[in-house]
Amino acid sequence: MMVLILMVGIFQSWNIALSIFNLCLISAVMTMGANIQWGYAGLINFGIMGYTALGGLAAVLISVDPVQEAWRAGGFDILMSLWLIVVMVLVIRFILKRFEKSKIRTYSIAAIIISGILLIRFSAEPGIEAIEAVDPAKTGFLGGFGLPIIFSWIVGALFAGGLAFIVGKVALGLRADYLAIATLLISEIVIAIIKHEDWLTRGVKNVIGLKRPAPYEVDLQTTDWFIKLVEKFNAGKLSVIENLADRQAALNQLVIEGSSVFVKLCYSGLFLVVVIILLILTQKALYSPWGRMMRAIRDNEEAANAMGKNVVKQHLLIFILGSAIVGIAGAMLVTQDGLFTPGSYRPMRYTFLIWVMVIVGGSGNNFGAILGGFVVWFLWIEAAPISLFLINFFTAGIPETNALKAHLIESVPYFRFLLMGLGLLFIMRYRPKGILPEKIEIK
Amino acid sequence: MDFINAIILLLNYIFIPALTYGSQLALGAIFVTLIYGILRFANFATGDMMSFGTMATILFTWYFQSLGVSLGVLPTALLAIPFGIIFMILYMLLIDKFVFKYYRHQKSPPVQFAMVSIGVMFVTQAVVRIIIGPGDRRFFDGEKFIIKAREFKEMTGLNEGLALKSTQVITIFVTIVLVSLLFWFLNRTKTGKSMKAYSDNEDLALLSGIDPKKIVLVTWIIAGILATIGGALYGLDKSFKPFTYFNNMLPIFAAAIVGGIGNPFGAFLGGYVIAFSEILLTYAYKKFFMYILPESMEPNSLVQLLSTDYKFAVSFSILVIVLIYRPSGIFKGKVL
Repeated sequence: MMVLILMVGIFQSWNIALSIFNLCLISAVMTMGANIQWGYAGLINFGIMGYTALGGLAAVLISVDPVQEAWRAGGFDILMSLWLIVVMVLVIRFILKRFEKSKIRTYSIAAIIISGILLIRFSAEPGIEAIEAVDPAKTGFLGGFGLPIIFSWIVGALFAGGLAFIVGKVALGLRADYLAIATLLISEIVIAIIKHEDWLTRGVKNVIGLKRPAPYEVDLQTTDWFIKLVEKFNAGKLSVIENLADRQAALNQLVIEGSSVFVKLCYSGLFLVVVIILLILTQKALYSPWGRMMRAIRDNEEAANAMGKNVVKQHLLIFILGSAIVGIAGAMLVTQDGLFTPGSYRPMRYTFLIWVMVIVGGSGNNFGAILGGFVVWFLWIEAAPISLFLINFFTAGIPETNALKAHLIESVPYFRFLLMGLGLLFIMRYRPKGILPEKIEIK
Repeated sequence: MDFINAIILLLNYIFIPALTYGSQLALGAIFVTLIYGILRFANFATGDMMSFGTMATILFTWYFQSLGVSLGVLPTALLAIPFGIIFMILYMLLIDKFVFKYYRHQKSPPVQFAMVSIGVMFVTQAVVRIIIGPGDRRFFDGEKFIIKAREFKEMTGLNEGLALKSTQVITIFVTIVLVSLLFWFLNRTKTGKSMKAYSDNEDLALLSGIDPKKIVLVTWIIAGILATIGGALYGLDKSFKPFTYFNNMLPIFAAAIVGGIGNPFGAFLGGYVIAFSEILLTYAYKKFFMYILPESMEPNSLVQLLSTDYKFAVSFSILVIVLIYRPSGIFKGKVL
């Protein structure tokens, strides 16, 4: 796999190779999250997109500087609504605890929820309008806390875990295929909220220019030590050029290229640390008594229950853990891109592709998950060039003006779906346990 | 007079659009439910199969248009739909033979089927996009309106206009005919009854000499008809775009589950439940109240329960609530 990425580096460019590598690492983290749920516990979660987006939201809320004006304009209303929500939840909890299950209880809870939502809508409306009116071209939202963005990786995990707690509480009792549909739809609801609650997320207006944990290219290009470093690396190439002015121009070019490679390397380092930590933790968990219990629950729920294991609680726990890992990946993704675009969250890319990674890599095997993330992401990106090459190869005899050939070349980007689908079908058929199947050694 | 205006307003902006949209959803939902009831899996390729059928219909429509064949005031697509159906059924049978058959013989769990259908979804999506491209296509021709809003106003002297698009009438009419034919088939013919028996209890059905191959074949044929017509009607009424069709899978699932998955009649009603609740909850009632309330009580705000951005979220929330409180759907009853 590394060899393939290195080949991209040599043949296309190091910049592309590194960006593929970084996204491979992020995909690997997402896949590990889904793999914990599916491979360890057999829980199907088609809501990966929602948790990813929440992680991204965390990155925005943590790193953006607070918009003071917006807080003054509508902060009070928003805080009031927040209090209302808390009060509503407390009241419902109180009713649930105090009264026996009955029709009246169900209806009164429904009434509380509906009237609560209406009340919140009316009380928050002026605040929301005021916030969105504050300099809408630049801000128009509350902003965040202005902390370093790296904290958001933890907060993203917390956000995603919190959502998973709610989802798990309501939906985990469903049978497998219903759970799949329910989680898919809940993730769509999450995206709808993120897209349209402009006061919180700026919605489809996107948040750009997030802070970075890595240096900026422009700063690097004027830093002495970096220029010297580039000069050292390319000493052989530069010494060939005789003319001093030419040499300076070549060096400048190299520095510009080198700076973006260097920034990407910084990200790679950070992501690699996360992947390694997660890998160690998940491997430890897999071979711990807890991991054994999860497998027992997965393989035979009733027997595990009879042995005194709390199946519902463990399912909820693992659902939260897996989603939290996906949340980290979401925050990492936004950190790397430096922008948050709610419109770009689509189930194809963020849910189904991750599932292809899990299945192809090997469910229940953490190394398989990482491998799946790498292989599938690599193919997803490189599918277009590969299929372009293949089309040109097979239609070499046909003139350029042929309508069919032109049409095929035009639709090259969509061959990636074909490749993914066929890959998934073949793996499911001939290697149903994935490239690296789950293997459990009993020590 | 104001009262009639208010009624016309609701008819024009809520009732007719919801009925049309509901019919389109209902056809898809019956498709999902049939596959679920008889082949026993949640088909995640639903939306893309519908877009495949629509694509075939569009290609034939273009072919007919190039030949100069047309139906006059009716859209040419109606002529192309039967050919689209044949293509769709062939594609489905091909997929069944190469993909689903193996897992059926293995008696795989439904989850594995669902995963496989995701593979099919990817492939179908690729095929559609490679053949026709991802862009927005309109293939409607013929007369656009049966009643125009302005003509209606002149005719009746009311303030509110009632526009009736021909696609809306076609959609509702075709749905009624198709669904009644389907229920006649399922309830009255021997094959239909054996399909029900197969869906109720596979082993018993096999014991009583029902041929599973035939059941599966007939299921895919019906599914192909439903998918193509449902997709083509949606495309005629709005427009054809592969991505929208993929997204439509979600409300279709919602409709099928709300109606009790495996129950075609429930799915049929479920489509309307979803469509009506989506439109009712996101419509701004200001004008309606302006007509029926005295002037002093007229509302200042839009009187909109939810902003239209949450249209999809409404149907999903309904689904989630139904799933939690009544997983067997609101129209409980016999399976299929």
